Amino acid sequence: MERYFCTLLRRRERVRLALLGGLLASLYGALKLLSLAGLINEYWQRVLDQALITTIGALGLSIIYGFAGQFSLGHAAFYGIGAYTAGIIGKVWSQGSITFFLLALLAGTLAASFIAFLLGIPILRLRSDYLGIATLGFGVIVRVALENSNRFYPPLGGATGMTGIPQVANFDWIFWFTVGTLILVCNLIASSYGRAWLSIREDEMAADTLGINTTRYKITAFVLGCGLAGLAGGLYAYRYPYLHPSSFDFLKSFDFLLIVVLGGLGSISGTVVTAICWVFLLEGLRIILGQAFVDWRGVIYAVILIVTVLLRPQGLFSGKEWRLLFPSRDQDGTWGKEGKHASLRG
Amino acid sequence: MERLLEQIINGLQLGFVYALIALGYTMVYGIIKLINFAHGDVFMIGAFIGYFAYTFWGFSLWGAVLIAMILCAVLGVLIERIAYRPLRYAPRIAALISALGVSLFLEYFCSLKFVFGPNFRVVQPPVKQIHWNLGGIPITNIQIIIVAVVILLLLVLQYLVYRTKIGTAMRAVSFDHDAARLMGINVDFIIAFTFALGSALAAAGGVLYTLAYPQIHPFMGIMPGLKAFTAAVLGGIGIIPGAVLGSLIMGQVETLTAAYLTSQMRDAIAFLILIIVLLVRPSGILGRGGPEKV
Repeated sequence: MERYFCTLLRRRERVRLALLGGLLASLYGALKLLSLAGLINEYWQRVLDQALITTIGALGLSIIYGFAGQFSLGHAAFYGIGAYTAGIIGKVWSQGSITFFLLALLAGTLAASFIAFLLGIPILRLRSDYLGIATLGFGVIVRVALENSNRFYPPLGGATGMTGIPQVANFDWIFWFTVGTLILVCNLIASSYGRAWLSIREDEMAADTLGINTTRYKITAFVLGCGLAGLAGGLYAYRYPYLHPSSFDFLKSFDFLLIVVLGGLGSISGTVVTAICWVFLLEGLRIILGQAFVDWRGVIYAVILIVTVLLRPQGLFSGKEWRLLFPSRDQDGTWGKEGKHASLRG
Repeated sequence: MERLLEQIINGLQLGFVYALIALGYTMVYGIIKLINFAHGDVFMIGAFIGYFAYTFWGFSLWGAVLIAMILCAVLGVLIERIAYRPLRYAPRIAALISALGVSLFLEYFCSLKFVFGPNFRVVQPPVKQIHWNLGGIPITNIQIIIVAVVILLLLVLQYLVYRTKIGTAMRAVSFDHDAARLMGINVDFIIAFTFALGSALAAAGGVLYTLAYPQIHPFMGIMPGLKAFTAAVLGGIGIIPGAVLGSLIMGQVETLTAAYLTSQMRDAIAFLILIIVLLVRPSGILGRGGPEKV
């Protein structure tokens, strides 16, 4: 009987992978076709790429806050660290070679992870709002450091911003990096790591009592999440020709936080959908409002934000997941039933 | 030596302005555990109202302070009613996001051309700056006005919170909403009152700020707001003397860094100190960290 379930499970898993792979490949093909047919112009292509990069960064924060429950208001700092690390490698050494691009992305990811590790050991002892305010402070420190970076190393550009990074990250790279990140995060969430994170989010002391090494798992979540922010930053540096410290300040951190919370804490699907919608909403408003009303963009953005959170305080996709993303489970089908526990607590 | 004294007095002036903002943060946090990100923008609107009042509407400085306090108190109550009260029983993060939304709304709405406009405005303070030298201490009349007004407001606040019925009710609500309600306290009213009080103090801070730093724009509230919140955390959030102490420390750190290191580093140093204090004493300088409960 058990063997029967095992084969059933394995078969279901194979079907799932085939379906998921097929869907992603056709999505990619469709977008490629649209852009070849000229239906996606250069401008919208840039918006789309920005949306995907934001998704990667937001998935990082989703691990840290949505799953492990560690409130971070400094996510953009790691995004910036990744962008500047990868960017400076590209600017100084690479001359646009693909190998260097990949190495630089790796370096950006590792730099963000390493700094997250060093920062995380002391500050992850703090709880909720205190952790938030400490990471916010770290974000300000990173921004000031970036603004003064040209004093230590002139090519970093300091307050005038950094230019001259070879623009080798195209849609193909960004799309597949996003897909890779998505699969990685979904599998992590379904693994014992994910369960440990969830238990810490729900009740850290109970998790500790049950023998979960909470410090270790909190740091793992923080390092991984910040590493993803670093990866997103690296891609950003190679896609958009101008880096400036103000693109990585706490307003950007709030952007990531909004995405994760509005998507519904503890929902990967919600994070992805909200990240993409959010970026398109911001750009879409620019088009819809036209030149005359461009000043109203910030007001409308704020009103949409307030109205959304008033109508759905638990997030748009709270507790709902697109099951295709997650490894098949046994008959109980734990995934998708997380709703009750995924109620967001500060 | 003279320079050091001058900087310390500048820091005192800045610290007292921060204290007015920090009090609003700390009271609101104490009572509903919400980081009211819109508070810095209330401070900005207070500064603008003060500027309009004494430049165009013909009020004296005191009239300007008063009218800014009244209008911002109303604004604070409105914000609470519209954006926070519906989320009182929702997850805490929802109210925080709503606060961010309100903050962005106030900033961008005030940047619209028919409101305040997006540009810097240079303010002509209604009080002429006079430099004095009190026994070797260089001081200006504006600094004396700021420090005196803030101390006066602090004394009023202290009296209000610890000596009146409504202050007792505020402390009761911050201790336990449900128990306070059972004792017959109108919790909604007390929370609204706290917002009014905090916003009025921030508005007074805004008007005083324009005297010392006569340049205003719709995004001016972000940094002072963040720093004042940091100051409140530094002193121990939810504790009124803590907010003042934290603000004074923040003011000194900022001016001394700007004077003796570089002015670009002052934000970094201020937040570095915050992180260190949080690590050593997570509940702040005056905070009492109770034992962890299950």
